[in-house]
Amino acid sequence: MIWSAAKALMIRDLRLLWRRRGDALQPALFALLVVVLFALALGGEAQALAKVAAAVLWLAVLLAGLLALDTLFRGDADDGSLEQWLLAPVPLSWLVLVRTFMHWATTALPLLVATPFLAELLHLPHDQLPVLLASLALGTPLLSLLGAVVAALTVGMRRSGILIALLALPLYVPILVFGAGSVAAAAQGLDPVGALLLLGAGLVLALVLAPLAAAAAIRIALD
Amino acid sequence: MHPVVRWFHQLGSPPYFERFAARWAPIAYIAGLLVMAYGLYGALFVVPADYQQGDSFRILYIHVPSAWMSMAAFALMALYAAIALIWRIKLCEILAMACAPVGAAFTLITLATGSIWGKPMWGTWWDWDPRLTTELILLFLYLGVIGLYNAIDDRRNASRAAGLLAIVGVALLPVIHYSVTWWNSLHQGQTIRLFGQSHMDPSMLPPLWAMVIGTHLWFVGSLLARARADNLRRESGKDWVAKLAEPRA
Repeated sequence: MIWSAAKALMIRDLRLLWRRRGDALQPALFALLVVVLFALALGGEAQALAKVAAAVLWLAVLLAGLLALDTLFRGDADDGSLEQWLLAPVPLSWLVLVRTFMHWATTALPLLVATPFLAELLHLPHDQLPVLLASLALGTPLLSLLGAVVAALTVGMRRSGILIALLALPLYVPILVFGAGSVAAAAQGLDPVGALLLLGAGLVLALVLAPLAAAAAIRIALD
Repeated sequence: MHPVVRWFHQLGSPPYFERFAARWAPIAYIAGLLVMAYGLYGALFVVPADYQQGDSFRILYIHVPSAWMSMAAFALMALYAAIALIWRIKLCEILAMACAPVGAAFTLITLATGSIWGKPMWGTWWDWDPRLTTELILLFLYLGVIGLYNAIDDRRNASRAAGLLAIVGVALLPVIHYSVTWWNSLHQGQTIRLFGQSHMDPSMLPPLWAMVIGTHLWFVGSLLARARADNLRRESGKDWVAKLAEPRA
């Protein structure tokens, strides 16, 4: 039962994405623009850019994910399918988890693929790229899961606007610290594994708890 | 029914809470003021100056109690929110949301006093140290809870959504507490212990405990006063509130 529900939801999400395939590129485009703005603001000098490249890339990915957060449940809340989720014979938290995974796969995964190109724009030293990709691979699902809780909390409002950012960014701080910190450690020749393991531990914890919290928030919002 | 259990159940009723809060909020305020006055007097005039920091260490008598209070208020807010979500007790929703502004104020006091102390001692107003950063995130979380509470129109839904955010944010509290142990930190490590030997001269401790008790009493008074106002506002359509508002014959 739960697998067929997951499959149906995934196919629906993919079909919706395909119908509006122009939108799918927007997060990556936004991240590219952020990178360009940073590069120009910092003067475009390769030496100066290489020093902050990892931090800027992390921020670009984080901000792109933040802007995409509102679409996580908004469409389903507007057309009433979220209410059908509540009535479905599968746990709401399971559907939330599947939706969050699909949202991550369609917004964050393209960014991960684009990261090596963006890194080249910022002259990121090549030995830091694997660490950056590993930290993003562990960190972006964590961002999506925490973001799902926040998006669910604000789903009842007609316009969540800036509130969603105010709620999500404090929760994102530890992920940013350890994610960008792991690359910074690697840049100084230190072992980045500790920070990566912490991110992994956070991801496991969030995989279990965040869908439950988001499901509770959806129930409150639709009450 | 056991009297204590009955009292607890009665306290959940809005009219009973109104009478309870009206009686105890002023008492908690006055007791808190008196205890804090004793503590401040001891901190400013009785306690000897520190052998390294001189007189500037005395700000810790405000900094430490409000830092503890900022975390305790968040934990209490999450506890009330959990009770409100599980048992749907209306009064606990009100109490949870009443914790947020008071806790945010204590967090702000903690950051401000720490900053004022840091300028002469560390040579900087601010440092991106784990303890300072996590306390700043705590302030943002408080503001997030308050913001979410104000953004949703339905009061009950608003307090439950904001309460859920408080429960999620409770994960931050152990990180703040252990931040000085886990990371190399500019902020000093744990100096004062509730149980066992503190790394502080015993003569410096009594005013500190007085300030801790005083801030807690003040918090209780503030919590009751805020919850009372919110309680009356939410119940404003009811007969018993109308009766309260009538001039006494």
